[in-house]
Amino acid sequence: MEKIALSAESRALIDLEVAKFPGEQKQSAVMSALRIVQTEKGWLAPETIEAVAEYLGMPAIAAYEVATFYNMYDLKPVGRHKITVCTNLPCQLQGADKIAEHLKAKLGVDFGETTEDGRYTLKEGECMGTCGSGPLCLHNNHKMHAHLTPEAVDKLLDELK
Amino acid sequence: MSLLSPSIKVCSWTQEHDNPASLETYVANGGYEALKKILAEKTPAEQIVEQVKISALRGRGGAGFPTGLKWSFMPRNFQGDKYIVCNTDEGEPGTFKDRDIIEFNPHQLIEGMVIAGYTLGAKAGYNYIHGEIFELYESWERALGEARRAGYLGKNILGSDWDFDLHAFHGYGAYICGEETALLESIEGKKGQPRFKPPFPASYGLYGKPTTINNTETLASIPWIMRHGGQAFLELGKPNNGGAKLFSVSGHVNKPGNYEIALGTPFGELLEMAGGVRDGHKLKAVIPGGSSAPVLPADIMMDCTLDFDSIAKAGSMLGSGAVIVMDETVCMVRALERLAYFYFEESCGQCTPCREGTGWMYRVIHRIENGQGRPGDLDLLMDVGTNIAGRTICALGDAAVGPVHSFIKHFRKEFEYHIEHKKCLVGG
Repeated sequence: MEKIALSAESRALIDLEVAKFPGEQKQSAVMSALRIVQTEKGWLAPETIEAVAEYLGMPAIAAYEVATFYNMYDLKPVGRHKITVCTNLPCQLQGADKIAEHLKAKLGVDFGETTEDGRYTLKEGECMGTCGSGPLCLHNNHKMHAHLTPEAVDKLLDELK
Repeated sequence: MSLLSPSIKVCSWTQEHDNPASLETYVANGGYEALKKILAEKTPAEQIVEQVKISALRGRGGAGFPTGLKWSFMPRNFQGDKYIVCNTDEGEPGTFKDRDIIEFNPHQLIEGMVIAGYTLGAKAGYNYIHGEIFELYESWERALGEARRAGYLGKNILGSDWDFDLHAFHGYGAYICGEETALLESIEGKKGQPRFKPPFPASYGLYGKPTTINNTETLASIPWIMRHGGQAFLELGKPNNGGAKLFSVSGHVNKPGNYEIALGTPFGELLEMAGGVRDGHKLKAVIPGGSSAPVLPADIMMDCTLDFDSIAKAGSMLGSGAVIVMDETVCMVRALERLAYFYFEESCGQCTPCREGTGWMYRVIHRIENGQGRPGDLDLLMDVGTNIAGRTICALGDAAVGPVHSFIKHFRKEFEYHIEHKKCLVGG
């Protein structure tokens, strides 16, 4: 496997996370570090995970364990825009199923799939802790869009080039 | 909000101000006064714990454990590092109150954590924030920066000889990390799999050091208790159920949202504040304390007051105060199918009864919902549930069983109809 290097920007951000923990506990920064490099590279290739492990001085397998356990890490390439829709009960009662159906029809993909042009990936999500504003979705893990209607979804999709 | 409303503002008061989250708003309204007084008077830790005990503050994250008692478990004379950890890993379906504290009143949480750190002898604290609310992780970081620059965090806090710092930790999608020992594993940079207890975190917590983990709303209530006294907090609620509490109302109501009310308020009043059941519909059932709490039919729920003891007596639990409202259009089989899928998806996989049992329950409910249910399926579901509950390291197993058993108990006819007629009793 080819070795990859972390960018200076990513390393600087990771260093800020490492500084939050006692000196001998660098591994505590692994979740943030994986988030930071995923944000930069779009997904976590095995060699990316290994580079993070090496940077933090931890075994690669321990970093893999983390990357495979938490569901917001992408271990395969995703579209430029990953849309994660919460379909859990409170959101469902507030109309999330209609939003999910609308997205599937509009994009021509099911949950877990990416559009052919590589622009969108659609994902089913679990509770995002914001039920009162449902239906809602996350864009690329970090930006939440609440009170969704089919019209609001159309507008959002148009904006995401 | 009318003057007659039962609303009491312990944690949500900043939302009545223009810049609710700002340090200026907080300080201009008495914020950080409790901390100043404690540091100036060098209030003994025992006195603070005593006030928290008098307040009858019970954990706001779901378990309802008395906070003062939890604090008293921390070894007072332990000389090494100790930690205070805040649990903002809010991912229990229906619960969305802690996010509002981070968004609108972060400094009250900071002050609460600093007071907790002082009381428990901790040198550092972490706030674990749910993965899906990254924007609030960032805003919490900004609030910490403000507090540091103003001298409320860091070295020699407010000119005292005491140092304490707080940090943000961001989760990345795992409901199980709301379980306190899974959360600690996660902060240590590992899979979030709960630890076997004992030892409890108060003796073996983060990095093996004595640690107290409290919910966001619990910690944010501390400054109020220290300013007004434990007795005043107790009197906001009712005996053994001190204070006001945030209730997250979702589902079939006209105005979903958070409502802070006195513990002991009748359920009907909360429903009214949330705009009532959506127009033209009738209340069918309520899950009163987050998805893990057993469902209650409308008539039982309408007789409840909202406090730990009343809801427990009715056969459910107040949990995190997440009230999921369902009207007569809801198919209970379909609703349960979605909840069962959630627990299956979120089981950490460590204990066999939960890992295998949650998937089994989901598959059986899924086939009932899809017209392939078999005559013995309901007994099977009850049996699988009974063999999960109490047989796992953490409470996720029990949490997965609560909805299954209670939905079948109260709405058995709907399940039987589904199995027999291969279709839904509600709306065809």
